[in-house]
Amino acid sequence: MGSLSVNLCGIELSNPVIPASGTFGYGYEYAELYDINELGTFSFKGTTKDARFGNPTPRIAECTAGMINAVGLQNPGVEKVISEELPKLKQCFHKPVMANVSGFSVADYAYTCERLDREEQVGWLEVNVSCPNVHGGGMSFGTQPEAAAEVTRAVKAVTKKPVIIKLSPNVTDIVSIAKACEDAGADGISLINTLLGMRINLRTRKPIIANTMGGFSGPAIFPVALRMVYQVAKAVKVPVIGMGGVSSAEDVIEMMLAGATAVEVGAANLVNPFICRDIIRDLPETMAKYRIENLSEIIGGVTNG
Amino acid sequence: MKQSIFTILSNTALTDSVYKMVLSGDTSAITAPGQFVNIQLDGLFLRRPISVCDYDGSTLTIIYKVVGKGTETMRAMAPGKKLDILTGLGNGYDLSLTGEHPVLLGGGVGVPPMYNLAKKLLEQGKKVSVILGFNTKNEIFYEEEFKALGCDVTVTTVDGSYGVKGFVTDALPEYYTHFCCCGPEPMLKAVYRATKTSGQMSFEERMGCGFGACMGCSCKTLTGSKRICKDGPVMKKEEILWEA
Repeated sequence: MGSLSVNLCGIELSNPVIPASGTFGYGYEYAELYDINELGTFSFKGTTKDARFGNPTPRIAECTAGMINAVGLQNPGVEKVISEELPKLKQCFHKPVMANVSGFSVADYAYTCERLDREEQVGWLEVNVSCPNVHGGGMSFGTQPEAAAEVTRAVKAVTKKPVIIKLSPNVTDIVSIAKACEDAGADGISLINTLLGMRINLRTRKPIIANTMGGFSGPAIFPVALRMVYQVAKAVKVPVIGMGGVSSAEDVIEMMLAGATAVEVGAANLVNPFICRDIIRDLPETMAKYRIENLSEIIGGVTNG
Repeated sequence: MKQSIFTILSNTALTDSVYKMVLSGDTSAITAPGQFVNIQLDGLFLRRPISVCDYDGSTLTIIYKVVGKGTETMRAMAPGKKLDILTGLGNGYDLSLTGEHPVLLGGGVGVPPMYNLAKKLLEQGKKVSVILGFNTKNEIFYEEEFKALGCDVTVTTVDGSYGVKGFVTDALPEYYTHFCCCGPEPMLKAVYRATKTSGQMSFEERMGCGFGACMGCSCKTLTGSKRICKDGPVMKKEEILWEA
């Protein structure tokens, strides 16, 4: 059997499959269902300096081959994440975990990352400069190269752990933002966060989402995500984590061929809570089918012409 | 929670728009009345959460109203069709809180979860009053089924075409020890105001996952924020916080 392992910013992953932040909580809901140590790692629920209830409901709308969410970074705040969630996480997951961080100012990002840097189990900091569901923050840092670079520099200054910047697709030139983050010291880039979307209820003529708009995810966005991963991976030297609509072993391989070192799975977890485990179990057979010996060899292996 | 494949045994109309589906499969994850299941349907991305009406060791009964794409798809399904279902979701009603004479109030498609709840309470030797609220006579279902269990049943209709004219709150018995209720939010609010005892109510919200992972259905309560799918859908009266 070929090898599934990949190296993500200096840390070995037993396989490249990573449940994406916001779809996996702090792990323990899923640990009731299967041994989540089968995962490469997972990215825990987006954490901010202070506790947030998030947006009003409805926060969820269905779409063709996908969904819109406008949760709005609900989380108990970094102190409670450290004192209450991480001890529970540690009980069921014994590998380095990816800490996902959001903020409303550069200082917020630095504060939260500095707190999480001290947590032994945190392997990587995934810094979300791309949340479409909060006002006055989140995505606004990820839509300007200089603002994204400023967050990157501030975070790099407070941690020795690998810093991965998670980018928004809701921009005109994602490559320039990725390069600005790399130049500012980012150890990796993850993409894509959700696409800004909207649905209207025909009976009430009101938006289905209470916050009017939300982030569109699911299989429908896979080609858009793949294209952006391809563009960014060609332009930067640091590892890229690909995500957006991934829901099968084939999707994982396609993302890796486009240039992803590891692959996050988001919305699919909400529909099939076993999907990441199933993808990992399907990978060896799918690799054999496409004559892949070691997964790490196919990263960026797409050939043009 | 368990993921398993169920087979439809029957799928029949109870009224113009309300259907009863009986399925066979592994019900072992269902632990309390008031829990729900989450059903995967062909061609639709998100699962559909539906309350459990009744269950035994090998069958599951759900009652659903056709309101959109998902329930339209379900109406067209024939016996023999297999469905991927997550079972044992949500907390359900706490039977230990009900005292010796609970009143159960169900409004419209809030009626179904009251059925297994009534059954379980009667098995414990409790006296059970049931009030079933509907808009009008031709929307009524399950009156006879509740009577057959041995409950004291009252039906209310908003237009007075059958039973007591008005809402479920117009038919509250003089004496009861606790209430359990499921229905549209205006009904829950009315019951909250009209009742003097402790009670439990089941809430609804658009859900992403149905098992507590996505925070799509969070609500504020007097005891902190809760996920309707995982910490609910049943809330105790004293923790409910009504928002404007």
